Amino acid sequence: MPFNTLFTIFVVVIAFCFFAGQRRALKLKSDGSSLHSLPFYHGTWLIIVGVLPALIILLVWSLVESGIVRAVILSELPTSLMLVSEAEKSLLYSEIANLAYGQTVSPNAEQLAPLADRYNLLVSLSGKLKLGLALIVSVIGFGIGWLRLKPDFRARNSFESTVRIILMSCASLAVLTTVGIVFSVLFEAMRFFDTVSILEFIFGTHWSPQIAIREGQVGSSGAFGAVPLFVGTMLISAVAMIVAVPIGLMSAIYLSEYASPKFRAFAKPLLEVLAGVPTVVYGFFAAITVAPMLRDFGEALGLSVSSESALAAGLVMGVMIIPFVSSLSDDVINAVPQSLRDGSFGLGATQSETIRRVIIPAALPGIVGAILLAVSRAIGETMIVVMAAGLSANLTINPLETVTTVTVQIVTLLVGDQEFDSPKTLAAFALGLMLFVTTLCLNVVALYVVRRYREQYD
Amino acid sequence: MSRSTIDIVNRNLAKRYAKEKRFRLFGLASILAGLTALCFLLVTIVSNGWGAFTQSYVQLTLDLDPETLLITNPLDDDQWSYANYTGVIKQSLRERFPDIKSRKDKKRLYQIISPGAGYQLNLLMQDRSLLGQTVTIWLPADDDVDSVIKGHIDRHRPENERRVSDKTLSLIDELVNSGELQRKFNNVFFTAGDSSEPEQAGIKGAMLGSFFTLIVALLLSFPIGIAAAIYLEEFAPKNKWTDFIEVNINNLAAVPSIVFGLLGLAVFLNWFGLPRSVPLVGGIVLTLMTLPTIIISSRVALKSVPPSIREAALGLGASKMQTIFDHVLPLALPGMLTGGIIGMAQALGETAPLLMIGMVAFIVDIPGSFTDPATVLPVQIFLWSDSPERAFVERTSGAIMVLLMFLILMNSIAVLLRKRFERRW
Amino acid sequence: MVDTNSSSPTSSDPRDYRNTVGKIEVPNTKMSMRDVDVFYGDKQAVFGVDLDIAKNEVIAMIGPSGCGKSTFLRCMNRMNDTIEGCVVSGSLKLDDQDIYDPKLDVVPLRARVGMVFQKPNPFPKSIYDNVAYGPQIHGLASSKVELDEIVENSLKKAGLWNEAKDRLDQPGTGLSGGQQQRLCIARTIAVSPEVILMDEPCSALDPIATARIEELIDELSANFTIAIVTHSMQQAARVSHRTAYFHLGYLVEIGATDDIFTNPRHRLTEDYITGRFG
Repeated sequence: MPFNTLFTIFVVVIAFCFFAGQRRALKLKSDGSSLHSLPFYHGTWLIIVGVLPALIILLVWSLVESGIVRAVILSELPTSLMLVSEAEKSLLYSEIANLAYGQTVSPNAEQLAPLADRYNLLVSLSGKLKLGLALIVSVIGFGIGWLRLKPDFRARNSFESTVRIILMSCASLAVLTTVGIVFSVLFEAMRFFDTVSILEFIFGTHWSPQIAIREGQVGSSGAFGAVPLFVGTMLISAVAMIVAVPIGLMSAIYLSEYASPKFRAFAKPLLEVLAGVPTVVYGFFAAITVAPMLRDFGEALGLSVSSESALAAGLVMGVMIIPFVSSLSDDVINAVPQSLRDGSFGLGATQSETIRRVIIPAALPGIVGAILLAVSRAIGETMIVVMAAGLSANLTINPLETVTTVTVQIVTLLVGDQEFDSPKTLAAFALGLMLFVTTLCLNVVALYVVRRYREQYD
Repeated sequence: MSRSTIDIVNRNLAKRYAKEKRFRLFGLASILAGLTALCFLLVTIVSNGWGAFTQSYVQLTLDLDPETLLITNPLDDDQWSYANYTGVIKQSLRERFPDIKSRKDKKRLYQIISPGAGYQLNLLMQDRSLLGQTVTIWLPADDDVDSVIKGHIDRHRPENERRVSDKTLSLIDELVNSGELQRKFNNVFFTAGDSSEPEQAGIKGAMLGSFFTLIVALLLSFPIGIAAAIYLEEFAPKNKWTDFIEVNINNLAAVPSIVFGLLGLAVFLNWFGLPRSVPLVGGIVLTLMTLPTIIISSRVALKSVPPSIREAALGLGASKMQTIFDHVLPLALPGMLTGGIIGMAQALGETAPLLMIGMVAFIVDIPGSFTDPATVLPVQIFLWSDSPERAFVERTSGAIMVLLMFLILMNSIAVLLRKRFERRW
Repeated sequence: MVDTNSSSPTSSDPRDYRNTVGKIEVPNTKMSMRDVDVFYGDKQAVFGVDLDIAKNEVIAMIGPSGCGKSTFLRCMNRMNDTIEGCVVSGSLKLDDQDIYDPKLDVVPLRARVGMVFQKPNPFPKSIYDNVAYGPQIHGLASSKVELDEIVENSLKKAGLWNEAKDRLDQPGTGLSGGQQQRLCIARTIAVSPEVILMDEPCSALDPIATARIEELIDELSANFTIAIVTHSMQQAARVSHRTAYFHLGYLVEIGATDDIFTNPRHRLTEDYITGRFG
């Protein structure tokens, strides 16, 4: 059923429930009884019982039905096709779906035709059942709700309880998202580690994710040693931090300790702009402008700089991270109490001495936290490295060479016509797991450090 | 302080002040370095992309002869679709330059006009009455010609190091001198979808894709984010579960965006079976990404409403929920809106997660709904950046300029809103 | 606005406090202030104060809250420079040198005129590093041995050595309130100042800690000139040689501590001391 029709029906049903409830309440009132709650809430009560359960059923069923249909169809594959790999099963399923939609060209058309019919049957059956069930539940709910509409019915309370539950669910969505991330990434990564040993992954130094397309294909060895990726990520992040930390920290110091209010009002927002530029723009800039510039510059100096050097990507990433370091450091520096500054000035210290010897050491935990968060950002950055860094896994710490990172590989492995279950795809999830765990740890440590630091001064 | 102590202090002063000066200079230099980098970035993009907004066109007189077009039966629509539009254009070129005889030179001649000009002629001739007439129209020049006009191709280099031959250059010069080759506003850029020919390529498809995706993200993230913020600020009991929720929100705000892409891929595409590459799924993924930001900023907005308002309402007998929805929420709304707009601005620039859910295919059609395959502007920029032609570099920069303009617009609206509705309690 | 030798108020109205009562000049002047005005933006906080401080004396400045005594104190080591919009006019001299002379370097000035603040503010460093901070930045010690000596002497003079000598490397912030304030005093002494300014040094401390510090002030006055702002009249009576009474930014009366507390000459001084206000 087309979406627009469904939506219209939905709106009509809601309106019906609401006005029915409201009118009933008004009638009760005019009959002389005094109501506990306003008629408005009687209306909303009917919406809650009449529409909400049905809505939930519709949503859940819709999300789940495609998975169930798939499972059923795949279990009914003719025995000749039963024993193929997961990847091939998915291909077959797509074929069946296409056939069902009316596409006529297909390699296994004869064998799969009956399955295509079955698919159509299942889908339409599911659709009808779904709507039917929703309708029944809706009517029953309405009926029960109607019977409860008495003058002393605490409609407003039930409304408010429901709203409260909705609010809590929205807040819990955050937890659900995290759970979703953890499970999806973990699940697929586990499947990967069934094929490739986890030790080889973490400690192997050869990354070359080719897989055999056909049985016995020569040169089909897939090496999934991720060490070059880890090193590449660290190299580029290190370059970025070397740029961002001094510039960011000194900018924060100047802005909070030396700058006039006018200068600060002018310069601080401008630095924040650096954080607002989309990373794809940075990536483009790195690839088109910075990398060739560095290569030419290197040539002039007699060095050979790759046109996809880690230096180019790291430099631009560093520029992007400057506002992170600067902003967070600014906050912690301002949090250092004025009494410490007074104490230092009172002894005859210059401003730079006060900053270097008193304020920065006092703010150090906070600054370290800021740096950790910035490192986490650098590690997780994708677009700049995809566009400016290379694809070949090169194990080196020379920033003039090209390296690849974890995020680049995730993108490369997944963007393309991969079937979902191939080891290449799963490798991406394994990498994703590493990434998620690492950034999570960094964030937790950073937040802990910053919180400990705050306690010092509260 | 003894005489000698004072002397020691005074002796060291010069060095200390020198250090002070250096330190201060270092600070100033850092800020200037950051600002210079920003400037450099913007100047490079703008200088590269400025040219994308104009395109070279050639004025040709076309004889729309049915014979050349190979249309024998004007009522047959198929014939119109497959008519020889390119032939008409080639003939016109030959007539304009009758001196060109050799095959090689003729080939060069034909290459002055964009390969896609034929399609434009097709569109023009939707008006069937033009058949048999002679029309003078402007057709887009090939991207190499455009590059020459815009000065991107160095004429002084030897011929074999250039993309454009000497003969072509002389043709171009002749047309320029007679006014038949001009730069005009490139409205193709804004009205067409993606194409493999730079002069045919436009960002309309990407812009609409971004639009649909952002609408989905806005419609989902705003209500859910505000609801979550209200719960956490006003209703949540101080227990472990609430703490856990808050920890999760803070963590999610710092998770790399690509991980959300993985989530979208594994759960929405694979498990739920939603279609790839559609704004609906893109919007859902972006919602999950911006939700933490919106929740955090909405909480701040709620916190800033003074307790006296709440107390006044409760004192009049309002229930907690009525207090919040009738009194607190309207006052906090401007702050929440500001946070929401800033969140949407961030979402507009996101690329990586949308790559994961497939919004990366070469999509020529303009999307018309939330479930049509589409791409978004940042992804379009990413895809174009791979193309080496100078004209694509120009268009990519132009697309970046459009993207940045939208971001500036959104952030300005947010700042204006904040200033307008800022209340001092 | 000075009345040098009268024994009665110069104006007929005892409420008129624009003219200072009591002898301003002293022999052996260490610091000399004349006609000092202090403005915070448009608001004036100190009105034409004249005051002399003698070498090695302890002078107390008392008066109700907000009467400008802390502000005046902070002029004497130019700490008011760190406050935006604060303007100081008049003549302030240390050993006949104008300390607000634009050519004068404020860094050595603050080494010669030290300050102890109301709330103890040790740096989040070790006890040793706290005391060593001043000598280190001014370059007063040419070797570690010399520095150790300076630290030890300062801690001894501040009466903290015995309690601190076994935990010099522990953070200064781990000490009790009274100990922290003595640490701050040690820190100030370590640069061998000539004058020590104390801005209500005991107001955040308990009575026992306060008593210790008052003892200390007495010992220190042998080697340093001390100006102390205090809320407590009893404290002023106990530690100071001379007392200056401030009221709403004016210096109302100045005189020997015993005289002021037994026989105040100005009506306002008498009211304050007897507790009618403040």
